[in-house]
Amino acid sequence: MPTKVRVSATINREPVDFLCEPRQSLLEVLRDVQKLTGTKEGCNNGNCGACSVILNGRLVNACIVLGVEAEGAVLETIEGVMGSNGLHPLQTAFLENAALQCGICTPGFIMAAKALLERNPRATEGEIRHWCAGNLCRCTGYDKIVRAILDAGQRLEVRPS
Amino acid sequence: MSMTTETTTQYRVIGTRPVRHDGVDKVTGRAAYGADIQLPGMLYGKILRSPHAHARIKAIRTAKALALDGVKAVVTTADLPDPRGKSANLGELGEVPLEDLSRNVLASGKVFYQGHAVAAVAASSAHLAEEALDLIEVDYEVLPPVLDVLQAMRPDAVLLHEDLHTSEFGKKSNEPSNIASHQTFQRGDIQKGFAAADLVLEREYRSATVHQGYIEPHAATALWNEDGQVTLWCCTQGAFTMRTSVHQILGIPVSKLKVIPTEIGGGFGGKIPAYGEPVAALLSHKAKRPVKVVMDRTEVFLGTGPTSGSYVKLKMGVTRGGRIVAAQAMLAYEAGGFPGSIVGAGGLCLLAPYNVENYSIEMYDVVVNKPKTAAYRAPGAPNSEFATEAMIDEFCEQLKMDPLEFRLKNAAKEGDPQANGVLYPRIGCIETLEAARNSSHYRSPLAAPHRGRGVASGYWMNAGLTSSVVARLNSDGTVTLGEGSPDIGGTRTSVAMQLAESLGIRAEDVLPSVLDTESVGYTEVTGGSRVTFATGYAAYEAGQSLRRQLIEQVGKMWKVEPDQVSFSEGVFCDRKDSGRTIDLAEVAGTLAHRGVDIGARITVTPQKVGGAFGTHIVDVEVDPETGKVTILRYTAVQDVGKAIHPSYVEGQMQGGVVQGIGWALNEEYVYNDEGKMLNASFLDYRMPTSLDLPMIETIIVEVPNPGHPYGVRGAGEVPIVPPLAAVANAIARAVSVRLYELPMSPSRVVKAIQART
Repeated sequence: MPTKVRVSATINREPVDFLCEPRQSLLEVLRDVQKLTGTKEGCNNGNCGACSVILNGRLVNACIVLGVEAEGAVLETIEGVMGSNGLHPLQTAFLENAALQCGICTPGFIMAAKALLERNPRATEGEIRHWCAGNLCRCTGYDKIVRAILDAGQRLEVRPS
Repeated sequence: MSMTTETTTQYRVIGTRPVRHDGVDKVTGRAAYGADIQLPGMLYGKILRSPHAHARIKAIRTAKALALDGVKAVVTTADLPDPRGKSANLGELGEVPLEDLSRNVLASGKVFYQGHAVAAVAASSAHLAEEALDLIEVDYEVLPPVLDVLQAMRPDAVLLHEDLHTSEFGKKSNEPSNIASHQTFQRGDIQKGFAAADLVLEREYRSATVHQGYIEPHAATALWNEDGQVTLWCCTQGAFTMRTSVHQILGIPVSKLKVIPTEIGGGFGGKIPAYGEPVAALLSHKAKRPVKVVMDRTEVFLGTGPTSGSYVKLKMGVTRGGRIVAAQAMLAYEAGGFPGSIVGAGGLCLLAPYNVENYSIEMYDVVVNKPKTAAYRAPGAPNSEFATEAMIDEFCEQLKMDPLEFRLKNAAKEGDPQANGVLYPRIGCIETLEAARNSSHYRSPLAAPHRGRGVASGYWMNAGLTSSVVARLNSDGTVTLGEGSPDIGGTRTSVAMQLAESLGIRAEDVLPSVLDTESVGYTEVTGGSRVTFATGYAAYEAGQSLRRQLIEQVGKMWKVEPDQVSFSEGVFCDRKDSGRTIDLAEVAGTLAHRGVDIGARITVTPQKVGGAFGTHIVDVEVDPETGKVTILRYTAVQDVGKAIHPSYVEGQMQGGVVQGIGWALNEEYVYNDEGKMLNASFLDYRMPTSLDLPMIETIIVEVPNPGHPYGVRGAGEVPIVPPLAAVANAIARAVSVRLYELPMSPSRVVKAIQART
């Protein structure tokens, strides 16, 4: 049994310590150790974006980051998107635009979109399509997802959170 | 955009767009999907899969794996009861030999495809379970694989199953064969039909094996308790169908198995069969602990059912005026390693949008060394209708006829016979074509080099089958609604809206959830575009029942006859005394205190299913240097009967279109000569991304289905049918090359352009 490593990080604004095997991915740590199962596994090799999280301000696929690489990091997952004021404008926009069907890709899309809109809330349709090309959705054909992100950008401009 | 054709009824709830009831859970990460189940003491199961496409298993040795620290159980087919001679009724899928189900879950004697499950391990971690798989030794005698459907049909082909005989016109062939079945549909006299034709074309169309591509891999967690009670949590399209499969495979009474459907991350037909579910149960039985089996993406590609690769040979004859007078077709569909492709549905849909008086359709179900195929959205129809719709476009080009005019000349209507002889009820084929012709897209100009516009139609019959709901009035006047249908795309809401409309309350005041196999009546799979139709029908009946019971109770309270009580917008009124009113919440509270339980248990099997037609228009640009096809604009027109929640109907149309575009342009299982798949990842199996697509425009046509109280037909499947030919036809118009083989990948398009004379 491989020796476990102690890792300290900040996840969703809370300081956490956890033990993980050096071979465990950040995705496994989030899901199996931290029980944060909102981050999904779709491919486990960086090709679908279902496990998108924000690591030190950068959008990453948690399945191709090791858990031990989170040492000292600031991490944001879907569980941390909702603030004390309730749903994030992106979450509201996804609901009101019917931007999800099965919902398995939704956490990843919301994290990807959040990373984009924090850089550029005025992202155009083309910029959104380019940025989100790493997130696969098999249900919606992307139409309503792109519309929801455009809508959320407008909401964020009116009411920055 | 929505077009109402016949509906004049005013609805309060239906046709509105409320936020879905399970939405908050799904945008916050709280919804629990298959792999999210965590139980105390849970072990992790992993499955050993065959590296060979076709081989005899000589021996399996598991001792070394069992000896590894942390490994708690190993299972093989030897742990399953003898399935021979039995069958399982899988509802929509019909009666299936239990032997095939069991052998597909864990191979016995032979492996029939790369990825075929051979053994499984449960260990204290997933990594440890994977290490243990490496310690299982399997001796294989490798056999030549049979990969091509036409080669598999040859009399001298290597046989997959030595005991498989062709089932043909109610008889079994004497010689064993890879052809599992041969059926025909016939009408009229094709000789006479072709004799009347001015123009005859004959072509061969091929389509590659493609996968449903749901983003959530299969996941199952089982607990086999010491009292023999088995509980199974899994992301399935049908908890009851899964219960049937698993209890039969395990040889335990149906009452000993409870299936709890988790949220499901896509299915499209692929999450109906049992794969890891019985394996998780077996491992739990041996290890005496709960066991979770989650597939990785490679296992999903290799070990679960894609849809059939296919060969379609089609000959059609038309008159100079554009009337189809004869058709002759041969369809051969890959079933995968065990019999049971969906070639029959392919044959039934082949000519469905048209009234053709003379045809003959031969259908062959053929085993090959590929994964056992499963349903995929309108299963079988895209393969066959691709041929018809592409050939019609060639006729139109040669006859210099508008492709929508041609289709309108031949369009099927009420009273015309379908291929199985059943006459069409009220259908919206013509209305859909007319809406496409009148669309702004079709009327817009498109003139630029290497650009072309394609159109194609499609049909899917949809399913009815059995659905159940349970409904109970809460003491505040809201209604809790339990449904037997797993919700894959927002059907909690489309079903709840029908109860709300029927009872006369707001959509938000219905609290829907999906129940397990012990908590609601038998319900067939979420498939066949049937949930909003059939489960919605049950919810309508539940609403009517609650309404009757409430009116009766208010009548008792007021000491008047029930027919003196009216109910609308949440308020009961005395018809003879307009001053006397009471609102629903007050009635509900009073009844709860008096111990009166207002509830309904409804099971329906609606018979009058409404088939659905769609017509699509696509503009493409082809890069003649690279062969890359860019989708510039896409419009899907579809008769849905009645759109309960239009946003989710549009979503079904858009999603179906994009899966069809993937099938048309990129997706395929790439095999080497040994039958090994070379692209079993989302990097190499190229599904469309957001960057590959424009917005997908939708035009909803509503020709109500007379077999449903609100006219619902079912919307989910037909939109995957037209894109294959629509895109092919657009490419043909753009660069004057016709491609008869899918996918129309850049390399194929370039080759075709280079070969153009």
